Amino acid sequence: MDAESLLLSLELASGSGQGLSPDRRASLLTSLLLVKRDYRYDRVLFWGRILGLVADYYIAQGLSEDQLAPRKTLYSLNCTEWSLLPPATEEMVAQSSVVKGRFMGDPSYEYEHIELQKVNEGEKVFEEEVVIQIKEETRLVYVIDQIDKAVAIIPRGALFKTPFGPTHVNRTFEGLSLSEAKKLSSYFHFREPVELKNKTLLEKADLDPSLDFMDSLEHDVPKGSWSIQMERGNTLVVLRSLLWPGLTFYHAPRTRNYGYIYVGTGEKNMDLPFML
Amino acid sequence: MEESTSPKQEKENQELGEARRSWDVKTAASPQYSEPASFEPLEAKQGLETGRQSRSSRYWSPQSGARTSLGGSAGPETSSPAPLSPRESSSTPSPLAPAIQDLGAPPQSDRTTSVIPEAGTPDPDPLEQSSDKRESTHHTNQSDGNTFQQSQQPHLCGPRAVSYKNANQKELRFDVFQEEDSNSDYDLHQPATGGSEVAPSMLETTVQNAKAYLLKTSSKSGLNLYDHLSNMLTKILDERPENAVDIIENISQDVKMAHFSKKFDALQNENEMLPTYEIAEKQKALFLQVHLEGVDQELEDEIVENALPNVMESAFYFEQAGVGLGTDETYRIFLALKQLTDTHPIQRCRFWGKILGLEMNYIVAEVEFREGEDEEEVEEEDVDEERDNRESEADEDEEDELPKSLYKAPQAIPKEESRTGANKYVYFVCNEPGRPWVKLPPVTPAQIVIARKIKKFFTGRLDAPIISYPPFPGNESNYLRAQIARISAGTHVSPLGFYQFGEEEGEEEEEVEGSQNSFEENPDFEGIQVIDLVETLSNWVHHVQHILSQGRCNWFNSVQKNEEEEEEEDEEKEEPDYIEQEVGPPLLTPISEDLEIQNIPPWTTRLSSNLIPQYAIAVLQSNLWPGAYAFSNGKKFENFYIGWGHKYSPDNYTPPVPPPVYQEYPSGPEITEMDDPGVEEEQAFRAAQEAVLLAAEENEETEEDEDEEDDYD
Repeated sequence: MDAESLLLSLELASGSGQGLSPDRRASLLTSLLLVKRDYRYDRVLFWGRILGLVADYYIAQGLSEDQLAPRKTLYSLNCTEWSLLPPATEEMVAQSSVVKGRFMGDPSYEYEHIELQKVNEGEKVFEEEVVIQIKEETRLVYVIDQIDKAVAIIPRGALFKTPFGPTHVNRTFEGLSLSEAKKLSSYFHFREPVELKNKTLLEKADLDPSLDFMDSLEHDVPKGSWSIQMERGNTLVVLRSLLWPGLTFYHAPRTRNYGYIYVGTGEKNMDLPFML
Repeated sequence: MEESTSPKQEKENQELGEARRSWDVKTAASPQYSEPASFEPLEAKQGLETGRQSRSSRYWSPQSGARTSLGGSAGPETSSPAPLSPRESSSTPSPLAPAIQDLGAPPQSDRTTSVIPEAGTPDPDPLEQSSDKRESTHHTNQSDGNTFQQSQQPHLCGPRAVSYKNANQKELRFDVFQEEDSNSDYDLHQPATGGSEVAPSMLETTVQNAKAYLLKTSSKSGLNLYDHLSNMLTKILDERPENAVDIIENISQDVKMAHFSKKFDALQNENEMLPTYEIAEKQKALFLQVHLEGVDQELEDEIVENALPNVMESAFYFEQAGVGLGTDETYRIFLALKQLTDTHPIQRCRFWGKILGLEMNYIVAEVEFREGEDEEEVEEEDVDEERDNRESEADEDEEDELPKSLYKAPQAIPKEESRTGANKYVYFVCNEPGRPWVKLPPVTPAQIVIARKIKKFFTGRLDAPIISYPPFPGNESNYLRAQIARISAGTHVSPLGFYQFGEEEGEEEEEVEGSQNSFEENPDFEGIQVIDLVETLSNWVHHVQHILSQGRCNWFNSVQKNEEEEEEEDEEKEEPDYIEQEVGPPLLTPISEDLEIQNIPPWTTRLSSNLIPQYAIAVLQSNLWPGAYAFSNGKKFENFYIGWGHKYSPDNYTPPVPPPVYQEYPSGPEITEMDDPGVEEEQAFRAAQEAVLLAAEENEETEEDEDEEDDYD
């Protein structure tokens, strides 16, 4: 959610129950402004909160002028001091995908993962148990990256693409209409498109190249991994992800208010197919 | 050339004014230039607009066609220097020579600006024509400059020429230009002053033509360009958006849409807003309740003491912990709870929490009825069970001939009585505050046992079926009730000492174990320091009974009942297996005794605020049931749940395996299959039989012989 409309956004996203306590809210308002100034970001988003056993991580993201450029992620333990996280590399992804369980809450905590590796010594080949240490910070980067790629969403029309390349916030976006808001196809993944080129030519002909340049939610696997609800009597549409429980996207139809927030344990719900 | 058209649109007023002023200033001597200034700005605007449109090509190209007849170089060439010339040349031709160089040089920089006055074609056109004479005189001199202009002009004319081909009003334009041409012919041979008299009327006609063209309505949409542009500009001038030039297309679209949508307003809006209004009406009813219930005030006074909890206060504390539904939503829930307590005879009520679902959510209230209020439903269910039993027995009698299977389904464990164990409280749910509350049925042990084995999302509709393996006995309302029971048993905690056991009642009530079921508030509870509550878990205790794996809180020994029943039916019985009695942790055990989940402690304790510890409260989060919270400020405490309603497990869910196939009949000689004898065996058997027969015959013969011999004697 945009840091500028933080209070309203928190109020709108409160249907999922998890929010922020007043002191966190107050410290966020001030510290995010300073982050924006110091790092010279165009927009700062409050991404959410990852619950750990000992402490929680508060995550924010900074965007530059081009909305689809890779975002910079910052984390904080007390909503006042923010540290920049490195961008996710493939090595990090490979390493951290084996770690399971809750987050500890201590960024320097190291997970131990035992792997069997084949070691060649001379002519013999035998397997050795190698203990790999994975820092929690790395895991944090990985989880945030996964969640962003999988479930960060934007309503259709909120961003538009200029012929020169960069994506901009659409200033004439006035919100989705009520009938559009209930359809999954009116929401896009907030990331570089992956499946667009797989569409048939007929489908592509209907797309507006300045608005429809991202993947929509319609073809997410598994089907039914999004729950769309109208809250507050049709004045607020809330999408909750079932794949990453804790991600809530809200939008008030016919207004410019929208945003998403993740408050959860940072674990993927692998049991989703059983639960539907 | 579209790029040039947009700056024109924006700066038209200013540019036009400036251009006019500059023209006036520079050509003060020439009367024909001051005259255009006297024209109304609106018409000038039109002139600009027309010029802006691709229609301007029609001005240009016919001019080129017409001007060639003048014997001069191509008209378009002159047109671009033409506007410049009014600015820069004086009335006398002689300064035109140095002006040529000026013309040559500035066009480079003024290219865009040259287009602007270019756009003002109707106005400069007559001007050009009147100044044509000058230009025609210096045309030849201007060859260099002209070639430069020429190179520009075809570029300018290109797209316009295309649209020119589609022009409908070509003829009209030609007429205009014929007129102008004739005038310019006239001008050529006349001094400048003579041309000025003709210019205004020509200008007027061209302007009027342009305006008429703009007012022409589109055959498709019924709009006309004049109105659309004026609406658009009005909107821009009213709203003054920043960087309007960047969003000009969107603004134009919006104006068009606004124009159309009025017709459909009545229909569309009604459909969309109906559900919103419905909910708003229902919630308004909530707010109005206070006034309607004036009659029952006495009754209310009695109940009000205990029944309605202070939801807002608990919500405030939970907000400190970062948990909550938002103030106005909580207030609506508060009012809905009040409605619940007013319509039902409720002793005590609590806001239990919110369970999220796929289509709709559930708001759950935990309720304790007053004595003797809710026994009717229990009887109905018993009747149903008896009927089912009788039917199954009847079926068995008919099929007596077949070998009876010795399978006996494990006897259903009867559910606990209301007000005890898992059914201690009654739960009401609603989807949204304002909607009617629905009572959930009491939970049976079988439902709890199976609920432990499945993991399903709630849809939000209470009558939705649960399709799972093992098959869940019931629909979503039963599953919901089972999960609520499990969550309550697992996560409802209170500070140590808040509740104490009832003094003598507990021991008398119990049957076998002697665990105590009842507890009551401790009037002497003095509160525990918040710091202590956070530091160790032993200061918190469960105050809801643990549910055994049987599905009940109080152990039910199904073995005993089996013995009683079997005496009635068959005498053959296998020995009843000795089932060990399950024991769970007794009530009011501290939560430090809770099992860890692999390496994770079952509870996480926090202070709500690190910055101001003296007023902070202790917050407990359950790691076993994510979404269960409890807070205490030392004296008060409250439990709350908000989440999807599932337990946390670090491993993935694996559905249980179906049981092995049951051996239906005991194997015995009657039903055991035997192999048919093979060919060799049959032959051997036959041979053996024949041998026996032969032997038997021989025996008979010898016997007969013996008999005959005896007879002879």
